[in-house]
Amino acid sequence: MTGPRLGRAPTVLLVPAAIGVALLVVPLATLVLDTPWRTLPDHLGSEVVREALGITALSSLLTVVGCVVLGTPLAWLLARVDFRGRGVVRALVLVPLVLPPVVAGVALVTALGRSGLVGQHLPFSIPYTLSGVVLAHTFVSLPFYVLAVEGALRTHGTAYDVVAATLGADRWTAFRRVTLPLALPGILAGSALAWARSLGEFGATITFAGNYPGTTQTMPSLIYVALNSDPAVARTLSLLLLVLSVAVLVLLRERWAVAR
Amino acid sequence: MHVEADLPGRVRAGLTAEAGEVLVVIGPNGAGKSSLMRVIAGLEPGRVVVDGRDWSDLAVPERRVGYVFQDQSLFPHLSALDNVAFGPRARGRARRDADRTAREWLERFGIGDLAERRPRELSGGQAQRVAIARALATEPDVLLLDEPFAGLDVSAQMALRIELGRHLRDFPGVALLVTHDAIDALTLADRVLVLDEGRVAQVGPPAEVAAEPRTPHVARLVGLNLVAVAEGEQLIAFPPDAVVVSLHEPEGSTRLRWHGQVASLAPHGDAVRLLVHASPDLLADLTPAAATELGLVPGREVWLSAKATAVSRYAARG
Repeated sequence: MTGPRLGRAPTVLLVPAAIGVALLVVPLATLVLDTPWRTLPDHLGSEVVREALGITALSSLLTVVGCVVLGTPLAWLLARVDFRGRGVVRALVLVPLVLPPVVAGVALVTALGRSGLVGQHLPFSIPYTLSGVVLAHTFVSLPFYVLAVEGALRTHGTAYDVVAATLGADRWTAFRRVTLPLALPGILAGSALAWARSLGEFGATITFAGNYPGTTQTMPSLIYVALNSDPAVARTLSLLLLVLSVAVLVLLRERWAVAR
Repeated sequence: MHVEADLPGRVRAGLTAEAGEVLVVIGPNGAGKSSLMRVIAGLEPGRVVVDGRDWSDLAVPERRVGYVFQDQSLFPHLSALDNVAFGPRARGRARRDADRTAREWLERFGIGDLAERRPRELSGGQAQRVAIARALATEPDVLLLDEPFAGLDVSAQMALRIELGRHLRDFPGVALLVTHDAIDALTLADRVLVLDEGRVAQVGPPAEVAAEPRTPHVARLVGLNLVAVAEGEQLIAFPPDAVVVSLHEPEGSTRLRWHGQVASLAPHGDAVRLLVHASPDLLADLTPAAATELGLVPGREVWLSAKATAVSRYAARG
């Protein structure tokens, strides 16, 4: 360590810090240690697991697409257009960040369920379908994406937009050719965050879309039911999600380390 | 071309310029130089009328202006070529066509070989050439250059100034260049426009403005003493080396004499330049020997008088 010598770190701070680390690390470490490595290929190969994996992969991918398509313009609006009620819109967009996922699920049912306020007028049914899964995931992931992209848009400020305007570019041209490319790191980071959030989504999904193998059963939902019937499978799948989550973290750290 | 710009509290100026003319805008900090440029370009809200046509409600892209910013502001993710081609493409030209135009502009600035470089791979001078080429490539009616040499080292400034002068002579529109540097005004300007407190204080050919400055700022830029006389109706200007310094009140009938404290002494060429807190502040040059002989130090009370033959006297308003 460099810097001035200020004396030993006080025990009263070290002990709680160590307990905190243990609290975070011990469960994850035992998850890794307790993984039934020998049966792992069989578990991953079973049909119900493969289906859940496929649904998770597809729904998380579609969620990222949904976030990019809806979230990028939304982040731009919040970062670049000075309109009345911008603060209110931003606050509303961020609500799902702090909302218990199960409440999100109930809210989605209330709005888009078969007898929901909006849902009863729709010619098709959303709950208990893959689109319901994607919708629930997008609902909870979008704030992460919007936050990351709005942050990226604000880092560069409006200076380059102004330059583009003096060169004759309308706002759409400036968005396409200047704003968007410069915000690309933020878009990638936001996508990774949204993907990670979608990967682990459980509460809102199971409430809104149910837990039907082959249709709406994602990895977390499968883990939840497997923990009662076959704990070894649950641990194997949990390990898989752990690895994917850590991979996202590493990816983002590198991204951010480059940005700094 | 006639331009009226009005941004309440900041700048209110009218100017007339012939096509092809270069107007250099000078004035102290806060005089409204940048505001004038930004209002004309539409970067700040304000009333602008160009040749009788009201631009005030035109969006920035609809105004036919080119803008060269202080910090080059090249798009960091685009090559030099794409930066220059950006304007023509944004104004609807096909990609190949825009690229050809951009390449021609880079060639004209002698940096055709840097076309594929990103801005971070360019030196300050090269980047500013790209920025100027980019503004010119949109074929604007008005070219606005906001301190285009700021932040460049002296030799890069010198080279770019000469080069810019050549391009500005070929430029068919009106060019407005804001600067802090008297040498820009003297070398690049067809006419100099002096802003003071948001108003046009003086317009004229550089030699005329340099010889008969109407604001203390310009007087300082060209190194002249400026004193208002005849109840402010007239100004007199005289160089520091036409000032006689003495410790006692000068004899004789000259009315051009002032009393004050020495504020500072600094070497100036072979001479010593004195700043004296009189009303107004005056500069005086004297030989190092004379300065020593008079025992001049900051705080010393001195008398200054001007040699009548070196003084020019003119009306305070044009």
